[in-house]
Formats: sequence, structure tokens, C-alpha cells
Amino acid sequence: MSKPLTVSIGPHIKSPRTTKKIMWAVTIALIPAGAAGVFIFGLDALRVILVSIFAAVATEAIILKMRKKDVAAIWDGSAILTGLLLAYNLPPGVPLWLPVAGSIFAIAIGKQVFGGLGHNIFNPALAGRAFLMVSWPIYMTTWRQPRWAVDAVSGATPLAIIKNSEFVGMANASLWDLFIGNRGGCIGEVCVVALLAGAIYLLVKGYITWHIPFAYVATVALTSWAFNGTAGVFTGDALFFVLAGGLALGAFFMATDYVTSPLNSKGRIIFGVGCGVLTFIIRKFAGYPEGVCYSILIMNAFVPLIDRHTYPKWFGWIKK
Amino acid sequence: MSYRFYGGVHPSGFKTLTNDRPVKKTFIPKKVVLPLSQHTGVPAEPVVGLGEMVKVGQLIAKQSGFISASLHASIGGKVSAIAYSPTPTHPRALSIKIEASDNENQEFQGQFRTDISAFSKDELIAAIRDAGIVGLGGAAFPTYVKLSPPKGKTIDTVIVNGAECEPYLTCDHRIMVEKSKEVLKGLEIITKILGAKEAYIAIEDNKLSAAYAMEQALKAFSFQLSASSVKIIILKTKYPQGAEKQIIKAVVNRTVPAGGLPMDVGCVVQSVGTVFAIYEAIYLGKPLIERVVTLTGSAIKEPMNISVKIGTLISDLVSAAGGLKCEAAKVIAGGPMMGISQYMFDVPLLKGTSGVLFISDEDCREEPESVCIRCGACISACPMELVPTQLMYMVKNENFAEARDKGVANCYECGACAYDCPAKIPLVDYMKFGKAKI
Repeated sequence: MSKPLTVSIGPHIKSPRTTKKIMWAVTIALIPAGAAGVFIFGLDALRVILVSIFAAVATEAIILKMRKKDVAAIWDGSAILTGLLLAYNLPPGVPLWLPVAGSIFAIAIGKQVFGGLGHNIFNPALAGRAFLMVSWPIYMTTWRQPRWAVDAVSGATPLAIIKNSEFVGMANASLWDLFIGNRGGCIGEVCVVALLAGAIYLLVKGYITWHIPFAYVATVALTSWAFNGTAGVFTGDALFFVLAGGLALGAFFMATDYVTSPLNSKGRIIFGVGCGVLTFIIRKFAGYPEGVCYSILIMNAFVPLIDRHTYPKWFGWIKK
Repeated sequence: MSYRFYGGVHPSGFKTLTNDRPVKKTFIPKKVVLPLSQHTGVPAEPVVGLGEMVKVGQLIAKQSGFISASLHASIGGKVSAIAYSPTPTHPRALSIKIEASDNENQEFQGQFRTDISAFSKDELIAAIRDAGIVGLGGAAFPTYVKLSPPKGKTIDTVIVNGAECEPYLTCDHRIMVEKSKEVLKGLEIITKILGAKEAYIAIEDNKLSAAYAMEQALKAFSFQLSASSVKIIILKTKYPQGAEKQIIKAVVNRTVPAGGLPMDVGCVVQSVGTVFAIYEAIYLGKPLIERVVTLTGSAIKEPMNISVKIGTLISDLVSAAGGLKCEAAKVIAGGPMMGISQYMFDVPLLKGTSGVLFISDEDCREEPESVCIRCGACISACPMELVPTQLMYMVKNENFAEARDKGVANCYECGACAYDCPAKIPLVDYMKFGKAKI
């Protein structure tokens, strides 16, 4: 036998699923929503997306080089995904330096400072968005209406309108508009049907589990129905609050980020409910019309605690 | 009807390579190497001297202590060495080497019995013990120990483990197809010894031909020794269903307490191969000197199931079986999930070796380990409901006390976590290390 045999501890066969495949699957699942965003808001949106991805990957490459790590790791898809998700969380008409600043922050401070992929506490894309939100709030809240709207250049999001008017009926979008994306908002969040298509793909393929999205959306629906109505308790328009804002994007694609969400299903339910309650509280009581970004970031901080307290009892566990 | 156990993975089976190939006639090698410790427990004590002539089936090392097993000559010939030699499980272990002599009759001359109703329970247990039978599924725990539960433990259920959940392996499948009646006879002996009321033959649904054969045999079979009811249970294929605790959960929905044994919930589990060996020991008077193994993998010319003498060297077996079609990158004793990869071909097959896998270069892709992305795949794969990724970090940080408190000792290294890990982290390595350190 001329060639030495490979010796290793089992298992000697491995599942074909790799980190890279997962990252690319999520990226692919996000394409319909992005395409819808570009269709709705025009090519400006595409520019924002491309610049954001490029800045994220470039930042990742530079930092990996500085940390003397293998630069080829940029192809694991995680930096591309961060750039993409950040762009989806930006208004379509922002100047192009804004996604660059956001991506640099997301990758450098949101991810690499903690030790890179797998070690970050906060969702990098959301960290980037939060950074932009506090640094340049004007740009971050200058919305565009869809290309075909009469006043396409400026306008508020449905959530912002009801925030100020305290009356759902005043919202400038019907539920159907919210569902197909005929409204103002961030690039990737407006077209709920496209997001759902991607989410179903991820769920069916087993890339994400139902726990976080279900707990999150159900909590938002329940709390909004109970407390966000104008005519007393249990008069809220649950469907409006579920479809409006960035809940679909947040619940299916951001809150489910593996690195920054709990490990097991019990923890994931707690996490989802926490996100839902915080989203409701921010939308209802805080200064911002939308709370998805901050509620996920706040719950990210609780993940280690949730993990510690949901450590499962193993098979045949006996009380000591 | 079968129940569900937590966790598990679904690797590709690769069983079609060999599952329709009848078991080939016993291959008789020129030499065998018989390690004294092929079982869980104390190594056997040699009772033959250097240069002594031994017959097929002759006792060459006797059991030493309660948890131990006797060893018999698998071929007739001269004891040419009692020395340290590499085995699939140990780098060096004391072994008895026998070289075949040409004039020796290599057929085992047994004592055939057709009626065994005269045997008492204790006589049956003693016969099984003296035949050196151990669990043939892999762990090689002395079978007679399992069949003699301590006072106060009643066994009401016997499960014949025909799950064969390891990919590639088909030896139990073939035994069930070809020796269905003998398996039932073996099962009858077990139920008689234990006085169990219920017996189940549990078979995964990727072996329906085996289930059919067993069902036909069961219809034609009349039980004389014991009055237990025997049922065939079809299980939904999932690895590691063949693990004792998991198959008990799947068949009778009982949970073996952590650190406990199947007898704590009134069960005894025996693999198909073991049950067949019990039949041979009682009806043919034949000690455990042969077993069926599956020779398979992408590198072997002709994958097959073959009956082999215990102690046959893998190198001898390969050349007798037609050789390899390309260079093997990995040789694995056992299945691909829990088997042990070998560094050389000159190691003997043990009582617990159910297969030998020859994996070619293309299939042996050792992917680089990357960092954990906390996807939770290992948690949903772990049949013991542990959190392998957190245990991995505890072990990595040498925080062994915490790993112990989080149950690392419950891991039995099935490899489901490492199989499913997208970051390709060798989680089993960490679990093994953690277990060794507590």
C-alpha cells in the first residue's frame, strides 16, 4: 500500500450541508424581496444594494487580512449576506456613502471586533442600521413612495403616518398594498409576498425553523390586536401591524440569524416572543414608528442568558 | 406501531451495494490473530501454550471475571505466537496467533441438537457464556451478562435489534433474510432464559425484505420453549435507531434513565447477529468463531456480505475477496458513523466488527473545520438531547467540570452531531476528550 491511509475519529461521512451553502441559501431566498424592491423604487435601490454588498465584502477582506486570517473566507457568504440585509433595511433614495458607512460599521464593529463569524453578539446588519439611524436620522427617515405614485419622491411610511395620526384608517395603504409592497419603506421590507416566498423556501429546506418567526409574528399580532386599537382593547388591526413595517423581513431573515439567536427551540420561542413584545412597545409608546430593528438587537443581548436557562434536560435525565 | 425518539440524522444508506447479495461461504485464512480483549471487560486468559496444536472451536483463552468472554480457535493449526499485535481498537494488544496446518480439518465438528427442551435456564446461560458470545453489533458486551439480570430486576421485554442503522452495513439484513428461522429459534432461547412475556423484532423500513422474511418465518414457527408473544415492528429509518436506548424508546416507548441500563426498564436488547450466534451455540454447540461481515465501500472491487473467521486479517480478506479497484483512502472497521479508521490493512476482524469499509479518495473529503455558527443542527441531531456545541466550547476551554455537569458523560459517540454540523467541527473528538477528562 503506497499511500498512507487517512485516520480520523468518526463519523467518516458528513452531511453535504456546509456553512457556505446555508449563507448562499439565505442570500438566494432574499433575492425575490430585493427584486421587488428594485421594481418598486427603481434602479436607485439596486445601486444601494450593490454598493452595500461591495462595501461589506471589502471591509471583511481588509479586516481578515489585518487579523492574519484566510481572506478566502469572504466567499463563505456571510459578509455578502450582511451587506444585502443592511441594504434591505435602508430607504431606497439614500446617498451612496450611507450604505458604505453602514456596511463598514456592520462588519468592523458589529462582527469582526467580536472575533468574526460565529462570535458576534448583535446581528451585524441591524447594528449597522442602528448606527446609521442614530448618526444620520434625516437620511434614514426620508422615504420614497413607489415609482408610480403621484408624489414619488417623498412621503411617509404607513406606520409613521398612523404614529402621528393615532388612527389606522388614515394609513395611506390598504392591507393588500402592504402585502404586495405598494407603499413607502425600506428596500427589502416592503414586498411581504416576496419575503414570504423566500421564507417558505428556507423553512421547507430546513435552513430555519418555525419557532422564532412564528413566536415573533404571533406576539406582534396578539399585542397589536389587544392594545393597539383606537376603540379600546381587542380592537387593533392585527393584520395591519403584522404586514406593515419591517416585521416580515425581521422575523424571517434577521431574528433567525443563527449566530445571534438562541440554540434550541424553547429558547427560540422565548426569543421570538421577546422580540414581538418589544416591537409592540416601541411601535406603541416609543418615539420611533418602527421597532423591529431595536427589538431584535435588544433580544440579541439576552441570547446568552436564554441559552443558559434553556439548557435541555437530556434523555433519561434524573433529578439529583 | 413504533414510537419516535428525539434527534437523529438521515445519512444516505449505501446499502444497495450489498443488501441483495447472499452471505458468502466462510473464508478460511492461512492465519488468524485473536486479541484477548475483543469484548467489553477483562481480557481473557490464555490456556494454550506456544507451539501447541489447536482444533477449530477449541478454547484458547478463558473468561476472567464476571464481565469477560472466552475465546476459541477460529481455525485449526499451531499457536505460533502469543504477543502484542495491532488490532482495530488498540494500537497494541496481547493476541494469540494461529497458523493453519494443511492436514487439519477446518470444518467445525459440532454437536447437533434438535430438541433443547431439556436444558435448564442456567445451562443455557452457561452454554452461551462458554461459547464466548458477545454483542455483535459493535460494543461487544458479553451476552451472558445481559441474560443474567441481578435479583430484583425483572425483564418483561426482549427486543431483537434489526435496525442496522449504520449506513453501508447489511450483515444483519442478510441474516434476517437467509436465517429467519434460526433467528427465531435464538430469540426463543433468550425469552426462555429471561421469562419475558413480550418479544419484538425491530426492523427499519429500509429493510422490508428482511421484515417480510421474518414475518413468513414467524407464521410458520411454533414456539415450544416459552409462551411469549413475538411481534415484528417496522421502524422509520433514522440514525442512530440501533442504539440500545433509542431502540427501546422507539419500540416500547420507555426511557432508560441516564447512566442506567436497559434492564432498569425491563428490557434486553440483542442484535440479530448475536441472536443467531446464540442459536448456533445452543443448537450446533458452536462457539463464536465466525461472523458475517459486510465488505463494502467505493474502493472495493466486489462489495459483499461474507462469513469470516474471527481473527482474519483485513489484508487476507481483501485479497481473497477480489481486491480493491482503486487505492483506498480510508479503511474503516465497522460502519461509517461509529467505525474506527485503520492505519494499516494487517489488523484482525474482531467479534464486534460488523463491516469493513474501503473508502476511495473522492469520497474521503475531509473538509476543513470552521467556526460554529450556532445553527443548532447538533442539538436537533443529538439523540441524548445534549447541546454538543456548548459542550465543545467547554471542553475547548478546558472547563471539564462544567461539561460534566452539562451531561457530557451521556454522549455515546454516535456521531450524529458531527455528521450534521455545517461547520464540519469534529464534535465527537471534543466529546471523547471531555469524557476522558471527567
